[in-house]
Amino acid sequence: MSERALVATRKGLFSLDRKAGGKWGLSPIGFRGDPVTMALTDPDRKNVYAALNLGHFGVKFHRSEDKGRTWTERVVPAYPEESDKEKAKSLVQIWSLEHDGNGGLWAGTIPGGLFHSPDGGESWRLNEPLWNLPERPGWFGGGYDDAGIHSVCVDPRDPNKVTVGVSCGGVWVSEDAGESWNVRSKGMYAEYMPDDRREDPSIQDPHRVVQSPADPSVLWAQHHNGIFRTVDYAKQWEDISDSARPSKFGFSVAVHPTEPDTAWFAPAVKDECRIPVNGEVVVSRTRDGGKSFEVLREGLPQEQAYDLMYRHALDVDSTGNALLMGSTTGALWISENQGDAWQLLNAHLPPVYAVRFDK
Amino acid sequence: MATVNFTPQLERFLTAPPATVAGDTVKTVLSEVFADNRKLEGYVLDEQGRLRKHVAVFVDGKMIEDREDLSDPVGEGSEIFVMQALSGG
Repeated sequence: MSERALVATRKGLFSLDRKAGGKWGLSPIGFRGDPVTMALTDPDRKNVYAALNLGHFGVKFHRSEDKGRTWTERVVPAYPEESDKEKAKSLVQIWSLEHDGNGGLWAGTIPGGLFHSPDGGESWRLNEPLWNLPERPGWFGGGYDDAGIHSVCVDPRDPNKVTVGVSCGGVWVSEDAGESWNVRSKGMYAEYMPDDRREDPSIQDPHRVVQSPADPSVLWAQHHNGIFRTVDYAKQWEDISDSARPSKFGFSVAVHPTEPDTAWFAPAVKDECRIPVNGEVVVSRTRDGGKSFEVLREGLPQEQAYDLMYRHALDVDSTGNALLMGSTTGALWISENQGDAWQLLNAHLPPVYAVRFDK
Repeated sequence: MATVNFTPQLERFLTAPPATVAGDTVKTVLSEVFADNRKLEGYVLDEQGRLRKHVAVFVDGKMIEDREDLSDPVGEGSEIFVMQALSGG
């Protein structure tokens, strides 16, 4: 089971560590008081990356080479100049951060950018094939003013295969390390669009997309309008919302590392009412590819709760047994039995943006 | 020569001492300062050279008007303050 996780919050970055006797301890490891939108640990457990969004002074990117004890500011992704300076984009947020499988990093950003760093944040390069897609200017913001890339899935068997999830711009797949992209949102639908654009693949709002490490052709999406799953590398998405319990709305999804049919969700009422159903915080779990869902609630608050889980605030460790979940109202829970029971680790954290086990 | 002062809030992140530099617009004055402090530039301006949304610049007590090209004039002996705007929370 994982021994450590990162917890990125509105007011700092925390490390969650398993202590002697199996007890978990939470410690601040940097950026006290500042918004940390994403964090990532290298597979060697040594380097840690943190993306900040300072309210006044912009987005910053830091790297620690000593597990978070000390930090050094690195370069941030930059958008290209445009002839019309007023329209030129600037970096709003680093929304996703992933290893590229070859020692580098992918960063998904708002507005709508995908950047690659071959050197741990010493430099970044905009992925122009995606940025220059004719459909890209038609993407629009979901929750933010501009569209953003919140999910970057790198195929563990072939790092040239990269899948990105865009709110609101659909799902895009590259099979050549980002040299070219194809939209793969077929089967998704958007109730927030006029009828004739309901199934437009380039304006879908997948809130979060995750890929099965065991079978990369299986991907799961918690979409604005429901829950979708694909078994053919996103060529066709299947709507499995009807069996979802207690609702089909939410932001986060986590998939089991070795069982492609097992995934977890953190449901809320619906898009115009983003609070837990009946004031009860629950996690839903399917073990059969979305045919049926169990509602897991042991150890979670069951009355007057307003905790919402953001899209990166639910994670599963590399064994598939431990789950970590953080809420907008600053609660952090862990489960060590696949979600059957949860333990509250802290009820008074800042709003939780992202939780990540070391993997 | 103009004097440029930076909000002490920046000291949480980096060193931003007052500077006395030459220049006849906000842009040329700040460019002089940033030439010696590249990191500071990214805290005040975005990658397009525009003033960050929640940063305010005052020249002799007056908030600048041109946030994109920073063309507001700077006089000999002007005093410039780079502040964090309360709009940023």
